[in-house]
Amino acid sequence: MTRTWLSAPWPVLQVDAEGIISQANDAARSLLTGAAPGVPLDDAVPHWLARAAPGAVARGRVGESLFEAHPTVDGAGVLWWLMDVTERERVSEALRDERRRTAFLAEASNELLSSLNLDRCMEVTARLAARHLADAALVILPESGHRYPVAYCGPDGRVVRENLAVDPGQVPGLEEALRGFPPMPSRWIDPAAAPGWLAREGLGELGSVVVTALPGHGVPAGALVLLRRAVHAGFSAGEEVFTRLFAARAGAAISAACLYAEQASITEVLMRELLPPRTRRLDGVELAARYRPSGATALVGGDFYDLHPGAPGEESLVVLGDVCGKGLEAAVLTGKIRDTLHALLPVADDHQRLLSMLNQVLLTGERNTFVTLVLASVRRDGPRVRLRLTSAGHAPPVIVRAGGRVEETHTKGTLIGMLEAVTSVTDTVTLDPGDTCLLFTDGITEARGGPLGDELFGEQQLLEELEQCAGMPPEALTERVQMLASEWAGGGDQDDMAVIAITAPVEPRPASERSPAR
Amino acid sequence: MTAPHDGLAVWADRLWDAAVAGDEYAAVDVALAALDAGVDMETLLMEVLAAVQARVGREWAANRITVAQEHTATAVNERVLAALAHHPIARRAARAGESGAGRGRIVVACIDGEWHAFPARILTEVLRLRGWRVDHLGAQVPTPHLIAHLHRTAPDAMALSSSIATRLPGAHAAITACQATGTPVLVGGAAFGPDGRYARLLGADAWAPDARTAADLLAGGPPPRPALDRQAVDDLPHLDDQEYTFVAQSGPRLVRAVMDGLQQRIPEMASYTARQRRHTAEDVAHIVDFLGTALYLDDPELFSGFLSWTAGILTARGVPPRTLLPALDLLGARLTDFPRATGMLAHARESLRGDEPESEEPAWRTR
Repeated sequence: MTRTWLSAPWPVLQVDAEGIISQANDAARSLLTGAAPGVPLDDAVPHWLARAAPGAVARGRVGESLFEAHPTVDGAGVLWWLMDVTERERVSEALRDERRRTAFLAEASNELLSSLNLDRCMEVTARLAARHLADAALVILPESGHRYPVAYCGPDGRVVRENLAVDPGQVPGLEEALRGFPPMPSRWIDPAAAPGWLAREGLGELGSVVVTALPGHGVPAGALVLLRRAVHAGFSAGEEVFTRLFAARAGAAISAACLYAEQASITEVLMRELLPPRTRRLDGVELAARYRPSGATALVGGDFYDLHPGAPGEESLVVLGDVCGKGLEAAVLTGKIRDTLHALLPVADDHQRLLSMLNQVLLTGERNTFVTLVLASVRRDGPRVRLRLTSAGHAPPVIVRAGGRVEETHTKGTLIGMLEAVTSVTDTVTLDPGDTCLLFTDGITEARGGPLGDELFGEQQLLEELEQCAGMPPEALTERVQMLASEWAGGGDQDDMAVIAITAPVEPRPASERSPAR
Repeated sequence: MTAPHDGLAVWADRLWDAAVAGDEYAAVDVALAALDAGVDMETLLMEVLAAVQARVGREWAANRITVAQEHTATAVNERVLAALAHHPIARRAARAGESGAGRGRIVVACIDGEWHAFPARILTEVLRLRGWRVDHLGAQVPTPHLIAHLHRTAPDAMALSSSIATRLPGAHAAITACQATGTPVLVGGAAFGPDGRYARLLGADAWAPDARTAADLLAGGPPPRPALDRQAVDDLPHLDDQEYTFVAQSGPRLVRAVMDGLQQRIPEMASYTARQRRHTAEDVAHIVDFLGTALYLDDPELFSGFLSWTAGILTARGVPPRTLLPALDLLGARLTDFPRATGMLAHARESLRGDEPESEEPAWRTR
C-alpha cells in the first residue's frame, strides 16, 4: 500500500495502539531526531505530545517553535500530523494586543472627551492609567497658587484628588515634563528615590517608575507618573510608545478642560454685571421680576430691569427697558444704560428730566442705539402704594386690581436715543392692598405662535388673562404671564422677555385671627 | 418621635386653608408650629407641604378652585418652603453638606419648558437635609445651560424633574446630553409614569416616584456613571417610521385642519367668542401634543389616558366629553397614512366611549 503521507511536507508520526511509533516521515525525523519505527512515543517526543489523547488537537513547543498536533484514526493506531503555528500564534498575539490597546484608547477617548471638567479629566486619566498601564498612577498639573493639583489612583482603583505643596525637583524629569521643555521621552527613575507622595502606602515594593509629559494644546498640560510593583514586569518599548499615545489624549483633554474653566470664569465675572439684579421687598412693597433672554444659550439679552431702593418712606425707582438688538451686544448696552440711570438717580423725582438726560447721553455716544423704558417711582403710603409711571416709547404698565378689574395706565413718551428732544406724559396710580402694577416688555405681547402656529399673543389676550389673575402674589403673577407667553411661543423663536409685578401687600391678619398654633 | 399620620393630616389641612386664602404669614406659622410640635423637617416637607401641593392640582382638576387660587396657593407654598429652607435645622444641614464632610454634590433642575418647579424644590431641600451639597437650578433651564453647569462642577449625579408627559421628548434629549458628560441621571415627577416606565424607556440611570425615595436611593451612593457608548437612537427604534417627526412638525397645520372641520360639524361654534375659540384650539393643540408624545414613546395608553383625564376635566366644568370624539375623527382623517397614529386614535376613541372618566392624573396636567 502506498503511504502518501510519508512524502508530506509536514511532520507525521504513525503510532500504534501500544504507543510505539510504527512509522515517521522525513519531516518528522528531521524535527524529532529520536523518532523512528519501534521507539516508544514517550522517548521520542515532548511530554505534551506523548500524553495527548488521540481524540483532540494538542498544542505544545518543540524546541523554540510552537506546534499543533492533529490526530487522524489509522486502523487501531493514530496518525499525528504536526503543524508549526509559531508565526500564526505570534501574529494572533500581536493582533490581540493591538485590539486591546485600540479598545482601551477608544474607551479613554470616550471618557476623556465626555467632560470639560478639569477634576474629572484628571481623575479619569489617573484611573485609566492605573487600571491599564500600571499598578498606580499619579497625574500632576503645573503649579497653581503655590500648590500642585494632583490626582492619584492606587491599585484599589480609588482616585484621590489633592493640592500638594511639593517640590517636583525631587523627581528626576518631572520639572521638565511639567514645563514641556526640553522635550523628553518617558523618563525612568529609580523607585527607591521616589518621594512618599509618589510611592504611597499600600503599593508595596516598587519595580519601576516612569514619568511622561502630558502634552496639551501647544502648552504643557501636566505630567503622568506610572508606578509598577516589583512583582510585575517593567515597561516594554511597545508599552512606552503606547503610554505616549494615551498621554497625548489625556493631555489634550486636560488642556481643553483648563481652557474651558478659564473661559467660564472670565464669562462669569463679566456676566455678573449684566445679569438682572435679585429682586427683594422694597420698603413696604412686594416685588417680583422674571427675565428670560431669547435663544437657548444666552444668559442675557436686550431686555433689562433694575431696582433702586429708596430710603424708608422715600420713593424707590424700578426700571424696565428694552434696547434695540439682541444677544450679548444688546446686553452690554443694557449695562451702560443701567449705569447711566444709576448716576442719574438724584433727578429721579422728575422723570421727564431724567429721560432727557439719558437721551443726551445716548445721542452723544458713538453708536446709534436707542432704548424704550418704563420708569416706576414707588412709595409706600400707609396701606397703599403710590406710583408715578412714565413710559418712553414702551408699552404702558397694566394695573390688576384685587377685585379682578384690569386697567391700562395713561402714560406715553418718545423712545430714547433717537431724537434731539424727548417728551413724556407721567401717570399717577394708587394701589390698594392686593393690587398689582405689571410692567412688561414686548417679548410678552409679541410672542408669536399659539395653537395655530402664527398668531400674536397680543395685548388683548394679556389683559384677558390678567383678569383671571386678580389677588395673586407678584411672583405667581409674573410666572403666570411668562408661562402663558412662553407656551404661546412654543418651541418657536422667542424674543427676550421681562416682567415685573409691583404689589401693595395685603397686611397679615392680626395673630389673634390667624389659625392658632398648637 | 414622629407625629401620627392623622396628626399630619391636620397640619396639611391647616396649611391648605392658609395657602388657598393666599395668607403667607398664616401658612408659615402653620409650618413652624408643626416643627415646634415635633414633626421632623423631612416629614413636614413630604407629608404636609408636598401633600398640600398635590391637593392644589387635584382641586384645580375638579374645578373646586380657580386658576388664580391655584397659582396663589402654589406661590404661598413656595414661600413656606423658602422660609423652611432658612430654618436653623435646614441651614445646619446645608452647611454640613457644603463642607468637605458632605456626601457629595447633586444638581437638581426641571426639564426645559417645565413650569411645575415645586417637586424639584422639595427634592433639593430633602437632599440638603440628608447631607448632600445641592445646586438647585430650578425651572426653565435650557439644556445647554445645564450641560455647561455639569462641565463646570462635575457633580456626582443630575436629578431631573418633569411633571407633564409632553415634555418627555425634551426630557430624553436632556437625559442623553447629561449622560454624555459622564454624569448619571436620576429622574422623577409624574411625567415618567406612576411606575417610572418612561424613565427606563428613555435610558435614565435611576427613577424615583418622590423626593424621599430619591434620597433613599442616593443614600446607597450615586448611580454608576453611564456607559458612554450608548446612542440615543437605540432607545426608541420605532422613531424610524417618522410618524412622531411628522406630527410634531405639522402640529399647527393639524390643529387648523381640525378647527376648520369642527366649525362645519358643530354649528354652535359660529357664535363662539375669540376667547372660546382660542381655548378650543388650545385643547386641540394639546391633543396633537399628546398624540406626538405617545408616538415618541410608542405607548397608546399615554394618549388614551390623557383623553380620559381631559374628559374628566371637561365633565367637572359642565362640558360633555363627547365633544372630543369629532376632534379625534378629524385628526384621524389627516393621519390615514400613519398606522401607529391611526391605531392610537382608535384605541383612544374606544376608551372614551367605554370608560368612566378618570378624576386625577397629574401627568396629564397642561395648565
